[in-house]
Amino acid sequence: MGLHVLKRLAAAIPVLIGLSVIVFLIMAMIPGDPATAILGAYATPENVAALNRDLGLDQPPPRRYLIWLGNILHGDLGRSYALNRPVLDEVLERFQATLVLAGTALVLASLLGLLAGVVSAARQFGWTDRAVTFAVLIGISTPSFFLGLLLILVFAVRLRWFPASGMYAIYGGGDLKDLAWHLVLPALTLAVVATGVIARLTRTAMLEVLRQDYIRTARAKGLRERRVIRVHAFRAALVPVIPVIGIQAGFVLGGAVYVETVFQWPGIGSMLVNAIATRDILLAQGGVLVVAAAYVLFNLAADIAQTLIDPRLR
Amino acid sequence: MSGAAFLDIDRLERVFGGGRTLFGRARPGVHAVREVTLDLRRGETLGIVGESGCGKSTLARMIVGLDRPTAGRITLDGRDLVAEARRDPRALARRIQYVFQDPVASLNPRRTIRAILEAPLRHLRGLDGAARGRRLADLMEAVNLAPEHLDRYPHEFSGGQAQRIGIARALAAEPDLIVLDEPVSALDVSVQAQVLNILDGLRERFGLTYVFISHDLAVIESVSDRVAVMYFGHLVEIGRVADVFARPRHPYTRLLLASVPAPGRAVAPPEEGEAELPDPYHPPPGCPFHARCPRRSDICLTAFPPRDSAPGRADHLSACYHPEGDD
Amino acid sequence: MAGATAAPARTGGRPGFWRLLLANRLAAAGLLVLGLIVVAALAAPLLPLPDPDLTAPAERLARPLAPGHPLGTDALGRDILSRLVWGTRVSLAVGLSATLIAAVAGSLVGLVAGYAGGRVDGLLMRGVDMVMAFPYILLALAIVAVLGPGLLNALYAIALVNIPFFARNIRGVTLGLARRDFVAAARLSGRSHAGILFGEILPNVMPVIVVTISTTIGWMILETAGLSFLGLGAQPPRADLGSMLGEGRAVLFTAPHVAMVPGLMIFALVMGINLAGDGLRDVLDPRLRSGALTRPVARTKVARRRVPALTPDPAAVLDVRGLETEFEIGGEVHRAAGGVDLKLGRGECLGLVGESGSGKSVTAMSIMGLVPTPPGRIAGGAALLDGEDLFGMPDEAIRRLRGAAVAHVFQDPLSTLHPLLTVGAQLVEAIRAHAPLTRRAAEARAEELLGLVRIPNPAERARAYPHELSGGMRQRVCVAMALANDPEVMIADEPTTALDVTVQARILALIERLRRERDAAVLFITHDFGVVSTICDRVAVMYAGRVVEEGPTRAILEAPAHPYTARLIACVPVLGAPHRRLDAIPGRPPPANRLPEGCAFAPRCPRATADCRAGEIALGGRGGGRAVRCLHPLAPGERA
Repeated sequence: MGLHVLKRLAAAIPVLIGLSVIVFLIMAMIPGDPATAILGAYATPENVAALNRDLGLDQPPPRRYLIWLGNILHGDLGRSYALNRPVLDEVLERFQATLVLAGTALVLASLLGLLAGVVSAARQFGWTDRAVTFAVLIGISTPSFFLGLLLILVFAVRLRWFPASGMYAIYGGGDLKDLAWHLVLPALTLAVVATGVIARLTRTAMLEVLRQDYIRTARAKGLRERRVIRVHAFRAALVPVIPVIGIQAGFVLGGAVYVETVFQWPGIGSMLVNAIATRDILLAQGGVLVVAAAYVLFNLAADIAQTLIDPRLR
Repeated sequence: MSGAAFLDIDRLERVFGGGRTLFGRARPGVHAVREVTLDLRRGETLGIVGESGCGKSTLARMIVGLDRPTAGRITLDGRDLVAEARRDPRALARRIQYVFQDPVASLNPRRTIRAILEAPLRHLRGLDGAARGRRLADLMEAVNLAPEHLDRYPHEFSGGQAQRIGIARALAAEPDLIVLDEPVSALDVSVQAQVLNILDGLRERFGLTYVFISHDLAVIESVSDRVAVMYFGHLVEIGRVADVFARPRHPYTRLLLASVPAPGRAVAPPEEGEAELPDPYHPPPGCPFHARCPRRSDICLTAFPPRDSAPGRADHLSACYHPEGDD
Repeated sequence: MAGATAAPARTGGRPGFWRLLLANRLAAAGLLVLGLIVVAALAAPLLPLPDPDLTAPAERLARPLAPGHPLGTDALGRDILSRLVWGTRVSLAVGLSATLIAAVAGSLVGLVAGYAGGRVDGLLMRGVDMVMAFPYILLALAIVAVLGPGLLNALYAIALVNIPFFARNIRGVTLGLARRDFVAAARLSGRSHAGILFGEILPNVMPVIVVTISTTIGWMILETAGLSFLGLGAQPPRADLGSMLGEGRAVLFTAPHVAMVPGLMIFALVMGINLAGDGLRDVLDPRLRSGALTRPVARTKVARRRVPALTPDPAAVLDVRGLETEFEIGGEVHRAAGGVDLKLGRGECLGLVGESGSGKSVTAMSIMGLVPTPPGRIAGGAALLDGEDLFGMPDEAIRRLRGAAVAHVFQDPLSTLHPLLTVGAQLVEAIRAHAPLTRRAAEARAEELLGLVRIPNPAERARAYPHELSGGMRQRVCVAMALANDPEVMIADEPTTALDVTVQARILALIERLRRERDAAVLFITHDFGVVSTICDRVAVMYAGRVVEEGPTRAILEAPAHPYTARLIACVPVLGAPHRRLDAIPGRPPPANRLPEGCAFAPRCPRATADCRAGEIALGGRGGGRAVRCLHPLAPGERA
């Protein structure tokens, strides 16, 4: 088992390397000259050449990649020219905020999704099942950027229950309660689609499992139906659902782009949109790299969780 | 061996997996078929019998070119089949055909029977439209199906009918040899008899040679001229079916025969102890059957036993240090 | 294309593709909404709408229902209705094109990878995995960053990001299909690789492609709208739904309708697509079509039309009377068991023999309510256990009997054991469901049971998972589980069919020894007369849902009275009699939804006369404990 976890960890390394290659290539393909972008359109050719030398941009691409990778491994992601601060500092600060939002949303989505899926399958064709199925359909059909606006209109503007934007109140906030209060609307918005996807899949997986021979065996043994559903069926249904939760982590991290923009959450998503709009390439690169790496780790965790449940995968 | 060998299999091997990893460590491999040597005469039926995992299906797939041997040779009328399968699979398919175990799975659910049967006529026999039409009618008649079934889809057929279509498809290539891999195992007994009778008739009518693979000893006994018994990838005994079944030489053959439930037979288990098949990833040295064998001795652990013929029956061979019937 | 793949010439009165799709009310509603939106978008140039880009500062932010502007105007005074229709047109076109690009490219990658296998597959899929290692939207953003903002670039980004999704789905299906026998058969028929890939495999993959398209197209529209919302897609003055929503956000508090209208449109569009897509999936997925993806409930539904007399027979521990079990599939009733009578004496082993579809398993599973509902139901008869009617008991009473007084052993020991629980845990569970033992005491008892069924090292094996054991060992575990609570009756449903012959011999010997030691009665379901002859005291032969003959095993094997029994015995090859002619039975058993009047075997029976085909034929006693359901039974020694 321990060996297996080590193997999976080792297998993540080439993925991370591949990821860095793709990020590097994408950013290298961006039209325009970074030195010109940094120095402005009125820079002299000499200055541009000097900066290119300093940045290592006169080297051939594979070498540039190695230099770049070496810098990353030393924690140097370059400087953001628009913010004039180290990319790593900015990215880490922003990423914390995203992690709070996305983590909350993912936990919420997993719990609600699993619960809804199991209840729905256990009462197939009943009213609960129909209601859940329909709610899920509405959830996955609503764009999060629209849902966010809707929630702001209703709960922040009309009812004034929750704040419309930001992570902390500008005056007198800053504690955990303040954060939680600001978190409610964006986390809900972000969780809706993932909840729907997880609920749907859990329902299908449960229905699939409930038809298996070993469920008949469990019933033939005289187990209580509650135990059949909660232990035998649910455990087996989790096996296909867990990797989907891992994938949903990616959708939640990505969806944060919209939700952070709508709610002006100071996370990495809104940072990325700004970085791309202002062509702050190093900042965008750093942001993409960190989020992608986090996603790989999420998937790794899902993978390991799956093997914990299913001995056949060890 | 007497007579001109039609199909000759010489020390055939198949290892699944194995090889080495990127870092030179040996990967675990399973030796599915080990040093199998046998031959086949034109017009006979050779039965191959054994339990699951003994390598009989792998052997069958190698004969027909669906799988490639790791080592050893297969020759048909003196021509190297393995090279032929690589160079011109269609030439091989014109001589050797195959009937699958699961009749429904071997028919594409989205193609009509006509399309399925026309494929070999077109690609292997190069027949034009009119000739194909005539052959289709012949084929359907040969397997006792009404021609109006041609435009139906596979799901509309029962298992027995589907298997007859599978046989018709094999016949369409006009092969000399048909490898039948458990052709009746998926069928109910009443249907099984229909298919066996059709196969028997076709053999006489078209002068076919069969390799008939089954786990069912009674079926093997009723269809075969000769029988080969496989255990754990090895061919442990081969001979005329009457000899092998009446006077088995290998203790495994005897165990198999004694295990078949039959009226008037005691239900006491035919073997002592609870030993089972060896672990294929860690095969024991020597004879793989020794852990279950009542006649074992120390020599059985040394190497796989050589093949010897029975006294007075040169064509009845077994690979055992202590064959039955010698004492 | 969907129609072409979904509606091959089906016979047997199966409803067609469109009828099935429209019968689903939600799907029909989705199609209606979708249709209306598509028609409006297509007809945009023909509709009497003002220029969507015409600004009119004087009329800015007019509320809905303002004169001349049914949906009001935006911050530049442009007519929202006109912009909505034109924007929908753009969104639809972009979403559709992106989907098609992704579907074609992704499916091609998936087909090739799945069919070629080996290195090609490894290489392609590593690439796909690499792309999927990015959060979806992030990658789209990065691509837009490279290409620059713009509608077309957003389209490319969304299409590119979705290629791996198609590739992975299609590759999985292709991989499964490429290993199927019919592909090998096509190869042996001389078809080329391209012929196999596009002629044999693609038609089978097509429904999956269609379903995948239907599930992604909604997403694609959402995602392109999202990029436009962020300002990275459609650039002014051109508008799609996303950019309209983005513009509306600026005036959200003062004029919410500017944002709400395009938002609601996106929702309606995607909801319509998803509803229709779900309906489409249900129609195209054959498992759903046959109603298989329904959850069987804990106990078979009992809806008895007839209840026989319940006077108990003291000699029988289990007494099945007139059992009728039906399946209702697609509006047709299949009578799997049509009035089955069985009596199982204390400590007796009764063999229930028949071919597939004869109703033997259904009969056995009906007794403790293990026939799946839906679609099954018990429609008549009674099953008395120690004189008590099982079908009339409440669910909780049945649960207490299951695994206690009546235990089961099933066919395939791999699929009948839970794959994620150790065999020890499954045994402990079976014990504690009926006996108030502590966990520790139950574990000790589990080990004892494993020893009883001759599993070496029981303590160690108890910690093993089912896949770590051999088939024979697994079936021993199942037998041990059945014995956990000293049952009076053991129902064994083809317990040795999936096993090799040497293993079968051991399991049969085990069952025989244990039933004698424990004095348990056994109902042994099998299709194999050889097995019956070694282990059963009495045998009942089933055909088309009814018992046609029963009696002592030896008597029936030696002198069958029913022509079916005789013909069935005659067509089985027997070891040691290779030259016996195998008499096949002509024809096929009747389908369970169209049983003939009278004797169901009459159409295949050489002795049948006109009276066989009319009216009910009773299971008549013949002396010697034998009974036969036949008007013209065979005399001893006579051939059918």
